[in-house]
Amino acid sequence: MSTELQSFIQKYDLLGCIQCGKCTGGCPVTVRTNLNVRRIVYDTLDQDMLDELAKLPEIWDCTACNTCTVRCPKGLKPAEILIGLRNILVESGEIQPTVRDALESVFLEGNPWDKPRATRSDWMQDLEVKIVEPGEKVKNLIFVCCTIAYDPRVQAIAQSFVKVLNKAGVDYGFMGNKETCCSSEVHNLGEEGLFEMEIEDNTELLNSYDAERIVAISPHCYDAFKNQYPDLKAEVIHYTQLLKELLEENKLEITGELPQKIVYHDPCFLGKQNDVFDEPRYILNHIPEAEIVEFERNRERSLCCEGGGGRMWAETESLGERLAEVRVRDAKELGVSLLAVACPFCILTLDDAIKAKGFEEEMRVVDILEIIVDLI
Amino acid sequence: MNNKPKIGVYVCHCGINIAKTVDVDAVAEFASHLPNVKVSREYSYMCSDPGQLLIKEDIKNEGLNRVVVASCSPRMHELTFRKTLAEAELNPYYLEMANIREQCSWVHEDREKATEKAKKLVAAAVYKARLLEPLQENEVGVEPATLIIGGGIAGIQAALDIANAGFKVYLVEKTPSVGGRMSQLDKTFPTLDCSACILTPKMVDVGSHPNIELLTYSEVEDISGYIGNFDIKVRKKARYVDMDKCTGCGICAEECRLTGRISSEYEVGMGNRAAIYLPFPQAVPAKYTIDPERCLFLTRGKCGKSPKCVDACAPGAIDFEQKDEIVEFKVGAIIVATGFDVFDASRKPEFGYNDYENVITSLELERLVAASGPTEGNIIIGKGRKGEKKKKKDRETFTPKEIAFISCVGSRDETVGNEYCSRVCCMYTAKLAHLLLEKIPDANVRVYYMDVRAFGKGFEEFYDRVRREGVRYIRGNPSEVFKRGDKLVIKAENTLTSTPIEDEVDLVVLAVGLEPRQDAREVIDLLRLSQSGDRFFMEAHPKLAPVDTATDGVFLAGCSQGPKDIPDTVAQAKGAASSALGPLSSGKVMIQAQIAHVDEATCRGCGFCVETCPYTAIELVTVNRVGHMVSVAKVNEALCKGCGACTAACLSGSIQQRSFMDEQILPQIAVLGGM
Ligand SMILES: Cc1cc2nc3c(=O)[nH]c(=O)nc-3n(C[C@H](O)[C@H](O)[C@H](O)COP(=O)(O)OP(=O)(O)OC[C@H]3O[C@@H](n4cnc5c(N)ncnc54)[C@H](O)[C@@H]3O)c2cc1C
Repeated sequence: MSTELQSFIQKYDLLGCIQCGKCTGGCPVTVRTNLNVRRIVYDTLDQDMLDELAKLPEIWDCTACNTCTVRCPKGLKPAEILIGLRNILVESGEIQPTVRDALESVFLEGNPWDKPRATRSDWMQDLEVKIVEPGEKVKNLIFVCCTIAYDPRVQAIAQSFVKVLNKAGVDYGFMGNKETCCSSEVHNLGEEGLFEMEIEDNTELLNSYDAERIVAISPHCYDAFKNQYPDLKAEVIHYTQLLKELLEENKLEITGELPQKIVYHDPCFLGKQNDVFDEPRYILNHIPEAEIVEFERNRERSLCCEGGGGRMWAETESLGERLAEVRVRDAKELGVSLLAVACPFCILTLDDAIKAKGFEEEMRVVDILEIIVDLI
Repeated sequence: MNNKPKIGVYVCHCGINIAKTVDVDAVAEFASHLPNVKVSREYSYMCSDPGQLLIKEDIKNEGLNRVVVASCSPRMHELTFRKTLAEAELNPYYLEMANIREQCSWVHEDREKATEKAKKLVAAAVYKARLLEPLQENEVGVEPATLIIGGGIAGIQAALDIANAGFKVYLVEKTPSVGGRMSQLDKTFPTLDCSACILTPKMVDVGSHPNIELLTYSEVEDISGYIGNFDIKVRKKARYVDMDKCTGCGICAEECRLTGRISSEYEVGMGNRAAIYLPFPQAVPAKYTIDPERCLFLTRGKCGKSPKCVDACAPGAIDFEQKDEIVEFKVGAIIVATGFDVFDASRKPEFGYNDYENVITSLELERLVAASGPTEGNIIIGKGRKGEKKKKKDRETFTPKEIAFISCVGSRDETVGNEYCSRVCCMYTAKLAHLLLEKIPDANVRVYYMDVRAFGKGFEEFYDRVRREGVRYIRGNPSEVFKRGDKLVIKAENTLTSTPIEDEVDLVVLAVGLEPRQDAREVIDLLRLSQSGDRFFMEAHPKLAPVDTATDGVFLAGCSQGPKDIPDTVAQAKGAASSALGPLSSGKVMIQAQIAHVDEATCRGCGFCVETCPYTAIELVTVNRVGHMVSVAKVNEALCKGCGACTAACLSGSIQQRSFMDEQILPQIAVLGGM
């Protein structure tokens, strides 16, 4: 065994695999792509095939929902193996231009959206926002997320959050333009080197604040800080956890009525991967007059929207209906007018799906923050 | 005897186990020059008869009075060589072993260095051997009775074997009846014997055997003492029914206001019972019990004008004044046969067990296929506990046509902390699949599996038969179950064709694994049992002492030690019974000689040793020390296992372990320190 292969085998514990098929069995995209992760795990045992496997277009179909990893009975991380293959491709330089641009943008501007660092806080205009500087003491250091900061559709999430925080009198602080990409998606795109560098820089930056907790708005940043950053001093929570706390302590009260039918879609990075199922529902259940319903496939069995795993940048060829479209179709059958989420990626994919299906009249997809900001 | 040490050193080759890495000739030669060494030899297998004979003859001919055997771990052969010494009429505690196999040849590669290390180990043993003292083993009598905890098939079989050998058995069962899980099964693999037909006679025997005292609805509260002499305290919970008066007629249950309204434990939620109940028709004893948590009279002090059971019971057996009763007795041996729990399927939420009434466990299916079960053996889904949750209009029942089993639910699965194979699920799945086809001939039954483990006698043959009957085996471990329309969808991959599938079915049966009981801690605490990595009770040795535990006189049987089928459970129960019969029939046991003892003159009575002792063998007593009443530690020699924990804890060095006294081990350590 060559040392390179040995390290691939060891790094991903490939010899622990018993080829049971649970990974492919649970993979949400198998209904519309050729991806068969079990088969790929099997083939990675053969050193000579690694480069060839890395060139398979379907390795970019993985959304990093991690259903395979969460359920693997032998503790392997099949999704990470696909990322390992993407890494081989990244190292060889043969990546799609869109992916390359996103990575370069993270390296240069601290965000994957090719936007200047200097405009990261533009969404704050006209808002009363507390910004903290390194060294300053703050109970809740808010981490916005690149997508929320720059994408006009989801900036409203952060704007709503500011209003909620001010209203509830929370001890908080934003980082302003100092905030830099958590690089969760850098990892998912296979750029290990850049990811490690960003972990180092971000850890230093985040630790330079005297913060008790880091409150991530996006589940993707939340997951990265919680599970991939070993040396953060502050506790990492998701905003839904903070909101639940505020409601419990009566610091926040949802008084406005919202006589609508709402279904909540579990983001993979929040639910499946980190077991945050109850908090978002707790908040929604506090909305007077709202009727909260559930998808057939909810919580641990929630269906991925295909927003993660670098899919925002990587082109893929897929057959069949997009999962986000399946999701909005199911939502329509439930007769809801609001499809609530707690993740910017979910909003973007589900929004597209609603448009593709022509459901704009019947329903909207909104973040929980966008719902409650008008009700407090 | 002239006690100037005359030591014989015997260096073992252990075939090539030692000789390959250690120059045994050189070690023996080296040892011959050590102080007090009279003879030094090497031999291919010291544990063999000729090897032992070498020692015996040297003792006789050379007048040896100490023996050092350099071979394997003392765990392996210390007893063997102690016997050798005794046979040559030398006190067996004049033996010292140097472990040059596990601690040397097996863990090193460099022959030269390994040889040097072996020499050190042998020298250290020789230095200690010079200072060994003879020890006497004590004999204690054995109470000719056995306590068996758990009345499943394991406990039943062990009880019958011991009782038939003429000894008294106290069989303690937590629930109102003996029988355990086997009583819930319909047919049993691989022969398809009817479970009740083969179990009921044994249950009846246990209930009527003159040597067996059956204590059902009872729990052991306290155990103290040691092999041969355990003191037992059992709580007989109040049944609120006079056992002598109850005839088991069952009219009370029919009359009970809660008849059919309480989920039956025996029917695992598939059927209901009353607040006064017999767990199942063949229960032994055939006496009713009132559920104190559900009975209206016991929970609210009122049940209509007067409790209907009281009115209905002609012999007047109902007694709401009954209290728990404490029973105390002595036994010489204990067998633990507390069985298992089935894996709780709600811990794998992806299978929708909590969400869908047509996702059921294998044990629930056992009750559905059983002629004595809540549906009289008809496969009707949508009744019972799960049906209750449904809205009325959906509560219709149906007979499933498309049926899938999912194997290994809760077994071989690190996500739920169970790495082990549960050993019975492949076969009970085959059995249940067969029974389903028998009951619903036009059903399509498939089994999703990772591997089929058909290792037992007749198992592979049975698996072959079931496949040929038309049960389809699909290789793939499903990931998820969800509902689409009125069908359940199993999301899986057929790994043999690399095809992802969404299989639409009417019924999903989860082949749940076997787990240690949730309440196993109670028994662990009573008996200080150890658990192996799988959390089942640990045997003393995985191969050579499979029914023994670390505590002498305490044995294991059945699934409490690990998942197993009925044939293995019965075999192990018979093993445990025969092991318990050893001390019972010999009437005496020898107890440890290498135990702790206290120097009362220096002991300060601080009690650290008392806290440290894992066997509660030490207590503080008051003694008169030159006119002052002082507290000192005292060792119960029968309880002490010679683990040495107290000697390490003792601040003043007053508590010492025989054969491991400071003055004996310090020279030994000094030799090793000079490495
Ligand atoms: C669905 C299913 C189907 C099966 N089918 C088959 C089959 O077809 N053929 C086959 O060979 N095997 C089969 N088995 C396996 C079989 O059930 C076991 O081998 C057998 O039940 C083990 O018996 P046991 O006495 O060790 O444990 P159990 O049957 O669990 O009995 C233990 C008893 O101890 C009692 N107890 C527990 N704790 C205490 C305590 N602290 N104090 C007092 N009493 C206590 C319990 O109440 C119980 O009565 C099946 C198992 C399952 C789950």
